[in-house]
Amino acid sequence: MAGVKEKYLQKLISQRLCNSTDPLVGFLDADLQWNRESDKTEILSQVVNSLGVSAIIYSIPREPYKSMIKYLASYEEKDFLKPEDTETRTFLHDIPIAQNLNVGELTQKLKKRKGLVLKDGSVIAQGAIGVEQAFVTFSSICFSLFVKFMCDFYYHRKNLMKMEGEVEEIAKKAIKCYEDHLLPFDKMPQSPYPFEKEDDAIAAIIEAGSLTVESGLVDSFFGNISCLFENTIYISQTGSSLDELEGYIDPCPIDNSKTNAITASSEFSTHRAIYLKKKFNAILHGHPKFSVIYSMLCDKINCPNRGKCHISCSDRRFMKDVPIVTGEVGRGKNTLLQTVPEYISGRGVIVFGHGVFTAGGSGFYEIFRNLLEIEKEALWAYKDLVF
Amino acid sequence: MPHSNKSYGWTGKILLIDLCTQKYEVIRPEENIYKSFLGGRGLCSYYMREIKNLMPSEIPLLFFPGALTGTKIPFAVKTIISSISPLTKTFFTSAVGGFFGWHLRKAGWDGIIITGKSQNQIGLTVKDENVSFFDCNDLKNKKASDIFHKLKPEGSAAITSIAADNGVAFSNIIIDKYFFAGRGGLGLVMANKGLKAIEVYGSCDIAVHDSENLSKGIEDSMRLVSASPSLMGELGFTEFGTSALYDLIFSRNIMPAKNFAGRSFPEAEHLNAWNFKNKYPWEKTGCPNCPILCKRISSEGLLPEYNSMAHFSSLIDNRDIDIVMEANRLCNETGMDTISAASAIACYRELKYKDHSIDIIQLLKEIAFASGEGKLLIKGSSEFSKKLSSPESSMNVKGLDLPAFDPRGAYGFSLAYATSTRGGCYLQAYPLSHEILRKPIATDRFSFEGKARITKLNEDMNAAMDSLGLCRFSVNAFGLEECAKLLNAVTGEDFTAGDLMNCGERIFYNERIINYTLGFDSKDDDLPERFFESENAINRDDFLKARANYYLIRGLSPEGKPLETKTRELKLKWLE
Repeated sequence: MAGVKEKYLQKLISQRLCNSTDPLVGFLDADLQWNRESDKTEILSQVVNSLGVSAIIYSIPREPYKSMIKYLASYEEKDFLKPEDTETRTFLHDIPIAQNLNVGELTQKLKKRKGLVLKDGSVIAQGAIGVEQAFVTFSSICFSLFVKFMCDFYYHRKNLMKMEGEVEEIAKKAIKCYEDHLLPFDKMPQSPYPFEKEDDAIAAIIEAGSLTVESGLVDSFFGNISCLFENTIYISQTGSSLDELEGYIDPCPIDNSKTNAITASSEFSTHRAIYLKKKFNAILHGHPKFSVIYSMLCDKINCPNRGKCHISCSDRRFMKDVPIVTGEVGRGKNTLLQTVPEYISGRGVIVFGHGVFTAGGSGFYEIFRNLLEIEKEALWAYKDLVF
Repeated sequence: MPHSNKSYGWTGKILLIDLCTQKYEVIRPEENIYKSFLGGRGLCSYYMREIKNLMPSEIPLLFFPGALTGTKIPFAVKTIISSISPLTKTFFTSAVGGFFGWHLRKAGWDGIIITGKSQNQIGLTVKDENVSFFDCNDLKNKKASDIFHKLKPEGSAAITSIAADNGVAFSNIIIDKYFFAGRGGLGLVMANKGLKAIEVYGSCDIAVHDSENLSKGIEDSMRLVSASPSLMGELGFTEFGTSALYDLIFSRNIMPAKNFAGRSFPEAEHLNAWNFKNKYPWEKTGCPNCPILCKRISSEGLLPEYNSMAHFSSLIDNRDIDIVMEANRLCNETGMDTISAASAIACYRELKYKDHSIDIIQLLKEIAFASGEGKLLIKGSSEFSKKLSSPESSMNVKGLDLPAFDPRGAYGFSLAYATSTRGGCYLQAYPLSHEILRKPIATDRFSFEGKARITKLNEDMNAAMDSLGLCRFSVNAFGLEECAKLLNAVTGEDFTAGDLMNCGERIFYNERIINYTLGFDSKDDDLPERFFESENAINRDDFLKARANYYLIRGLSPEGKPLETKTRELKLKWLE
């Protein structure tokens, strides 16, 4: 299990969530083991023992997350933060704020939620059954609070809410950090198209998934990807990492004559509906930050749908030519299955507070490029709005 | 109309029935018992120990709905039925859906404890506060559908059928025709008490402390349910029931074939859910308030669930889809557990017919009526194989035949089977969620690393879920974090997810103590030799190391025995 601990330590670093010297990763099987010595492990060990969980990650996140989280935690009057993106609404519910590294307070709050933030900007995430679970929560908290800070900052600039302190500096720093990685990125999928055999399709998925993470568009668990080859949909499994898809792609006959897709991405039904409705053969879905942020900006503060925009917004909204649609995750009432297949065309579609779907008829080059362009344009559009 | 004179959520009353005298008492548990054991499975283990302390020779039969059963919460429908299993000789709990617990709680009861034995076949009626008995002598050896037709219960009914009447050790209790309290032979316990049927009807609502927060909690939980591909996906349980697992488990090389001799069954693609759907067009049905409705019914009867499909095909090398359907229907009508029935046939084929084909349907009928060759199998594969001096041919743990997940293809199942308090069962540790369905995260199914703790934690979590009355499918979407919010809204208490885990740990350990008093320890927490000796075998040293880690984490001795310090830490009674 030392390998798993090391793996997610490296992911925290490579995905620019933490600096290399900061994270403490604890894993408990028969004994509790830490990735390094620290004066904080004694307190965290007590927390792990009280909670009875398998894993914990504690770290000051890397900038700009650190400043954003510290700011949000410091100025929040309640003892929790409640971002309104899909990630929080569906999986985190809310994010508790702890005053400091106190066993009693941490235990009490982590008995209720998967993770929390401290006033100093650090993040603690637990994993009931493994380090991966703690990593996903850590990553989700950073993502959700990045989105919340930037949304709040927009409303502050529009004089629709008041933010104290040096928020502009933090926002500028956040944008610069993001741009520094995303804008110079110039790798594109090279897999040949059209696919000649199943292995070609799978290899193309693996390459595009990996580039989506490497580019900084998303952290590894935020998205899914598929292609249609000879009446079979090849799709990433639920909860798989976009940068580690080898062995985690389900082949699902498009006529549903086999039920292998029970472990496919929760968006399988949306992917299948797109293939059945439109002449596409590849779909890429990710949660790039500024597309998500842009989709959530709306000046109609007194709108009766406020708070339930993700399912009830009745406006036809766009980011340039890209439609912004509503829909919850999955399948059923008010889900994106009802909106995305209908509206996806051209470069793609943005789902409110959630992410971007791009789809095309010529493999992954075009749709990866579209995802990258949409995110860059959302970033620039956001900058135009706030600066 | 809410119940009077009770706290929110719990009704505060348990019905204690003595079948010898046909009289009853009302037990009013102290508040701390509810807070420590919650309901359902927790209260079953609590009262089993209480009764065994008072009346060591008594084998009570307990019916306890979960603490949330009867509310409008999706998945909160389960009743736990419990006793000492005639098949495994362990403490045994079986979670069953349908309307039984729903009505029992609405009638104002948190559970029923049945003691004693009636000389004649009788039925019990619980209608709100009123309790009465009725004659059932004319129901012997009647099939289940005929009994339900005759009873026409106003609310819900639990019955036994032909197999229980004839002493089959793996006979079920059947609820509302389509829901089965299976595996451990609790139907035989009920039959041995002379109790043929229980009818319940409740007309009151469960009092809810905070309706607004309950609605919010349900909304949060349902969002996660919608996002779960295994539950709500178009190829998930909501469309295909658990038969959706058939292709997946086969493609992962986990489906056992020929009595676990291997995992190759080339005909699998012709017997999958899709083929059943085409051959037997179905409609969905299920428990009250369920968003999934996992049961599927056709004009030919209930469609088989995954374990029944796999065991009546691959395990017994049957390639005929109609025989799978008929075998399943026959088991349901006669009240036999499909896993144990198929396992008995698989063992019988291996030992007596050397894998030549046999008339499966005829043999099942003979088992149910304890006639012909079937009489050899009524005590299950374990007893049968021992009589033929070939115990290695029965694929069981603690006498409970293994379900259709070969642990050589997913190591978490090996620990789950070994440590379950029921015997060879995956539902307590539920490795299916993380090793196969990738929830809440995926784990390496060919590794024991971390599995000891995961097994322990999942056992605790699921013990709590069973005590709340939540269907096991719910863990494919949400966890105790969401459950605590729901429980607090219903009861007005202040449980956290951690508190519920502590309850789960206490409940599981209590069951472990009961089993210890019944003579079980590490010698029984083991797997059939076949898994350690065959192709792609599990490394026995690795398994034993993981099991030793489990004992350490669980707070048991190296021999798997409960410890006094841990027992007292969990605020349980130590052995007298």
